[in-house]
Amino acid sequence: MRRFSWFNLTSLTLGFAFLYLPMLILVIYSFNESKLVTVWAGFSTKWYGELMQNEAFLDAAWVTLRVAVISSTIATVLGTMAAHVMVRGGRFFGRTLFSGMIYAPLVMPEVITGLSLLLLFIGIGLDRGVLTIVLAHTTFSMCYVSVVVSSRLVSFDKSLEEAALDLGCTPFQAFRLVTLPIIMPAVISGWLLAFTLSLDDLVIASFTAGPSATTLPIKIFSSVRLGVSPEINALSTIMIGIVTVGVITTSIISKRNIARAEADARAAERT
Amino acid sequence: MRRYLVIALPYLWLLGLFLVPFLIVLKISLSDLNLSIPPYMPQLDPSAGWEGLKDFFSQLDFENFVFLTEDDLYWKAYLSSLKIAVVATLLTLCVGYPMAYGMARAPSEWRPTLMMLVILPFWTSFLIRVYSWMGILSNEGFLNQFLLWTGLISEPLVIMNTTTAVYIGIVYTYLPFMILPIYSALEKMDDSLLEAAEDLGCSRLQAFWLVTFPLSKSGIIAGCFLVLIPSIGEFVIPSLLGGSDTLMIGKVLWEEFFNNRDWPVASAVAVILLAILVIPIILFQRNEQKQREADG
Repeated sequence: MRRFSWFNLTSLTLGFAFLYLPMLILVIYSFNESKLVTVWAGFSTKWYGELMQNEAFLDAAWVTLRVAVISSTIATVLGTMAAHVMVRGGRFFGRTLFSGMIYAPLVMPEVITGLSLLLLFIGIGLDRGVLTIVLAHTTFSMCYVSVVVSSRLVSFDKSLEEAALDLGCTPFQAFRLVTLPIIMPAVISGWLLAFTLSLDDLVIASFTAGPSATTLPIKIFSSVRLGVSPEINALSTIMIGIVTVGVITTSIISKRNIARAEADARAAERT
Repeated sequence: MRRYLVIALPYLWLLGLFLVPFLIVLKISLSDLNLSIPPYMPQLDPSAGWEGLKDFFSQLDFENFVFLTEDDLYWKAYLSSLKIAVVATLLTLCVGYPMAYGMARAPSEWRPTLMMLVILPFWTSFLIRVYSWMGILSNEGFLNQFLLWTGLISEPLVIMNTTTAVYIGIVYTYLPFMILPIYSALEKMDDSLLEAAEDLGCSRLQAFWLVTFPLSKSGIIAGCFLVLIPSIGEFVIPSLLGGSDTLMIGKVLWEEFFNNRDWPVASAVAVILLAILVIPIILFQRNEQKQREADG
């Protein structure tokens, strides 16, 4: 019997207040009339209007979105391949190096990753812009994807794949018809993770972006350095809103899927 | 044939965009600053053949590393990054452990929601979460307004642009990384162990200290490393919340590169930072390995 004590309740309440109050204040004050961010002067949505007029922010948002979609898609393909190689690939030359290169970017400080990629791009004479940010983001997010996907690959029954091969599938068909549908949830969460990491990244993008392409985090960072601004509060509120809706929707969908799977299992037991 | 393609594609990608760039950093850290484009020398000249290669290697030296050891700034920056990261990790543990413990004790129908509440901030932009504290901690910010209103203080506290603000920022942004591994260790725990301890005469506090705490140790270690490793090289938090006296190596590297344009020294700073990080990373991996063996 687990006892849920007053101490537990207090620590959860205080802890979640600590996690959510700062964001709540940010959201509330994005509707503040006043330019002074810490003084309440009445409800207004004018900062949202001004944000929508701000070309620089809109351009940066568009660049960020494009980079995130392209890089997370490539990263998902490469990361899934890498996971498959790591879990099912058996032995091949340089396996240790390969696994090292998959795990190292996860713990590498962003400043080092950014610096090293910038030096590479300059070394090979590649102009910095959308392409270089995509290359950089793909590289670190494919490692996250491969970790997520390989944890799913480890836990599923290998004999299903072997059965498909015995029944005459080519390895690629076996992957497409058997493996991929089973690991699909992990592939999707890998994509979402890569997408979010790309949207969020400031440090690596600052190193690899050129004057022709500025991402939203770079834009936010340079304006936030000068202090708090109501426009950034409005922008943050929009981003927090999108994430909240996204996370709640996916958790409802996955809960429903689990419930359905359980119902199916029960039905199968009865027959 | 296809099998080789599946291996080769991610392999070559990582070789070209992870390993090679890092070797370039290593090489430039051994080069000298030079007023040219790119601003370092020697340059490898493939047309000069074998002689050129020998000449190239003879010009590489450890001058930048010697410079780093001689200049106080860098030593202090490394030490203070380590200190800030360690203190912040312990603070995160103090905040995170009671929360993870509360979650593991909560009625089981609450747990998915609590879990989602912990994960949600993780999906929210890191930059925005750090930024949200700027309005709270500043001199006329919400915290000071509140404390002045309650009468606890008569003058605003200076928190913004100090190391205290950096601690708060690290605890805030990395808290989920601490909570999740501890929660998963506590959740697996068998409750009958606690009952046995109490039957054998332990008080509840003793039972916690002798049973629960040791069983959550692997979660604590994992959580601590997950917070410690990224905070050592942290850049965003010290540059937004920290002041001029907050020395952190990630920020030093950034400034060396972007403001001083000294690429060789920036690269040397990066190489040493990585050498420092190798120790906690290996310890972390060892803990994970032990954990996997215990589970499987």
